[in-house]
Amino acid sequence: MAIEDDVLVIGGGLAGIAAAVGAHEQGARVRLVSHKQSTMRQASGLIDLLGYTPDGDGPVVDPFEAIAELPEGHPYERAGLDAVRAGIDMFDDATGEMYAGSHTDKNALVPTHGGAIKPTARYPDSAAPGIASANGDTLFVGFDSMIEFDAPVAADHLAATGVPYETDGVTIEFPGNLRDDAKVTRFAHLLDRDDEVAVDGTTMPVRTALAERVKEHADGHERIGFPAVLGDDHATEVRAELADRLGASVFEVPMGPPSLPGLRLEDRLYEYLHEIGVRVSTGNPIVDVEQVNGEIDRVVGDHTGREVPYKAQQYILATGGLVGKGIDSDREGVYEPVFNCHVPHPADRYDWFEDGAFDDHEFARFGVPVDTELRPIDADDAPEYENLRAAGSVLGGYDFPSEKSGSGVSLATGYAAGELAGDRV
Amino acid sequence: MSDSQQPSDFEPVDVFAETDGMDLRPGSDDCYKCSTCDTNCPVAEVDDDFPGPKFQGPEQWRLKRKDDYDIDDSITDCSNCLRCDTSCPSEVPLSQMHNTARSQYVDNQMSKLSVEYIRNRILSNYRTSAYLASLFPRTATFVMNFGPVRWVMEKGLGIPSERDFPEFATTTFRQWWKQRGGAQVQNPDKRVAYFHGCYSNYNTPEVAKALVHVYEELGYEIMVPEQKCSGTPMFANGMLSDARRHAETNVESLTAAIEDGADIIASCTSCSLALRQEYPELFDIDGIEDVSNHTYDALEYLRIYEDLEAELEGAKVDFPDLAYHAPCHSRNQGLDGQALELIENIDGVMAEDVGDSCSGISGTYGWKTEHYEVSMEIGEEMFEHMEHAEGDVGMTECPTCAMQMEHGTGYEIKHPLEVLEAALVSEE
Repeated sequence: MAIEDDVLVIGGGLAGIAAAVGAHEQGARVRLVSHKQSTMRQASGLIDLLGYTPDGDGPVVDPFEAIAELPEGHPYERAGLDAVRAGIDMFDDATGEMYAGSHTDKNALVPTHGGAIKPTARYPDSAAPGIASANGDTLFVGFDSMIEFDAPVAADHLAATGVPYETDGVTIEFPGNLRDDAKVTRFAHLLDRDDEVAVDGTTMPVRTALAERVKEHADGHERIGFPAVLGDDHATEVRAELADRLGASVFEVPMGPPSLPGLRLEDRLYEYLHEIGVRVSTGNPIVDVEQVNGEIDRVVGDHTGREVPYKAQQYILATGGLVGKGIDSDREGVYEPVFNCHVPHPADRYDWFEDGAFDDHEFARFGVPVDTELRPIDADDAPEYENLRAAGSVLGGYDFPSEKSGSGVSLATGYAAGELAGDRV
Repeated sequence: MSDSQQPSDFEPVDVFAETDGMDLRPGSDDCYKCSTCDTNCPVAEVDDDFPGPKFQGPEQWRLKRKDDYDIDDSITDCSNCLRCDTSCPSEVPLSQMHNTARSQYVDNQMSKLSVEYIRNRILSNYRTSAYLASLFPRTATFVMNFGPVRWVMEKGLGIPSERDFPEFATTTFRQWWKQRGGAQVQNPDKRVAYFHGCYSNYNTPEVAKALVHVYEELGYEIMVPEQKCSGTPMFANGMLSDARRHAETNVESLTAAIEDGADIIASCTSCSLALRQEYPELFDIDGIEDVSNHTYDALEYLRIYEDLEAELEGAKVDFPDLAYHAPCHSRNQGLDGQALELIENIDGVMAEDVGDSCSGISGTYGWKTEHYEVSMEIGEEMFEHMEHAEGDVGMTECPTCAMQMEHGTGYEIKHPLEVLEAALVSEE
């Protein structure tokens, strides 16, 4: 026996989730297996489609226009423009009011914790009041123990981009005498529950105490931005109360890892999978593959040492890139560890990278090449397996950190691969 | 490249002094400080004094390589839920580091005469107390929950008086098994050795009996080998030498069962986790890998080797709707979805997931006065979800999660095997 489904998605990030939804919508019974928690929880929570072209032009105003011009081999070209639309529509359905940006095809410019502005297609509702292209005098508030966000520096950087409004920054002590390296979840939990904290010899609810501290600096600013730790389960309520007490709109500035917006997005998308009835198994890696006549018959999961077979008609590989460990390397070469799909790369590993940190590195584009049905192809351009598709950062041929295209490629190729697989069962 | 840099000239040196324990350095080096473990830690989320798993594991491990560093006291605030293990994207053996550090802390820094040490020793040797209680189960149930006794336990031992001690069964599972005449199905091809653990023996024999009924219905011959505590509460309290003694017995008798052609199954997810993962991480005992490689969770095993969907087709049961909590130790083995998937196939019963928060009790953790409040604060989210769920009966695989669920909501708690029994086994 094996654990049986119609479509098996391997990988639990944005691409895997999109693939599971795509296949489910074709009527297939879908299981998603993922080894570890996804790298989504490390990410900013912003959904980038295309911020800069592969040639480095940008920021791109209309990502859909720019995507239509991409060269052959780019994952967007492989999936097609319709898939990009379908993938992002699926995301909008799944996240509902949690995300903003769907009213226009154009990229929004969202200030990041470094004070840079990032072109992005969808952004958390909590970041919406802060977008740089809207006018309004802006105050950034940092917390002295949270050194990742230096509010005055971020304000200066934003001002230096030439925005036509005032930007200021202030660093305060978060109420409640937290330890210096308090976890981001600790802030969020305190604010979620509005716990009482000790402040100046008395105690009061933490939201009240925080608003009181910020008020002294709020004078006249229309928008007040905090690092993205304003609650987890009750984030909307936390933000609304702070806005009310401060008499200004309140927004979150997306932060580096570990990231509350990333955590919230992951929670929401898994909740969505649960709602529509996709089965999810996490915690165990897929370690082996059994094939019959060029098709995958079953794959084998490692359950803490025990080999457990998973069987389906169609398979989708969405295990991530170098960071998510869907692509790995050793001194001999670069490889894809689950199905051992072909990963083109120079034989000499000194050709994998350039000398400067921000140079155009070969390794950034490492990944599996696919045909237009998103099947991984071998060195002779033939599909590796008839019933295997790949999606997301495991794909090669694009440099998502410099293009700012990671989330979009995951959604587009994931959803398309899912639809194709679901259609064939 | 100058001559001095030629690889052939390279001479490796021992960076650290020799240790007799396992070398955890590669694991420590694998930590790239993404802090995902910290965001998953239920204790760090509610307790600002707790520095989190990243510190407790790789950082402390590096620090204590130097002789003049003691293990930080906060190691006793880790509840051993293993969520950090589950979340690490880089395979850092966090729980192994924590277990090792805790044991060193207890061995070298904790007074063996302290109330805390004595209390922890009693709590982690639950099997011994349960064995004694099982000799006079009704009296023990009464006395353990008798007000004045609990007052003394709280003041003298730091066992919170808010907690209710579980009832002791009047007939233990092993007594029942013996009276019944052992296995009633013979089958050399489908044979399992049941590691029932202490709790289903002394406190909830109905879970163990459900397992027996379900497995026999499906044609399995069940062996019930001699066994002691799996060791989970001992790892969590740094009592590794106690744990090792128990492990030696378990490995010996389970290895013998494997030689008789059996796989090992457990109904408690902390027991299966201990046999599978913690044993080989912590001990070097003959046959320990073999035991690890043959151990399964009881439901997981059926899902792999039986067509449960076909078996359950058409089954109708009269069972209350359930609010299901997946224990951290089932999550750690990737088993958190299986009970709900199974119950989806059964007409007449509905089970709802109450979310992914930790129950907060973590075995003996919530049984300590100094951790009681934290334990209840962690559990709060689960209690709220349970109250919101349709069902008024709880379900989980873990005995201590069950205690916490009952304590926080007053619900009666079932084990998935009991639902399976109701669906598959006809009344005798």
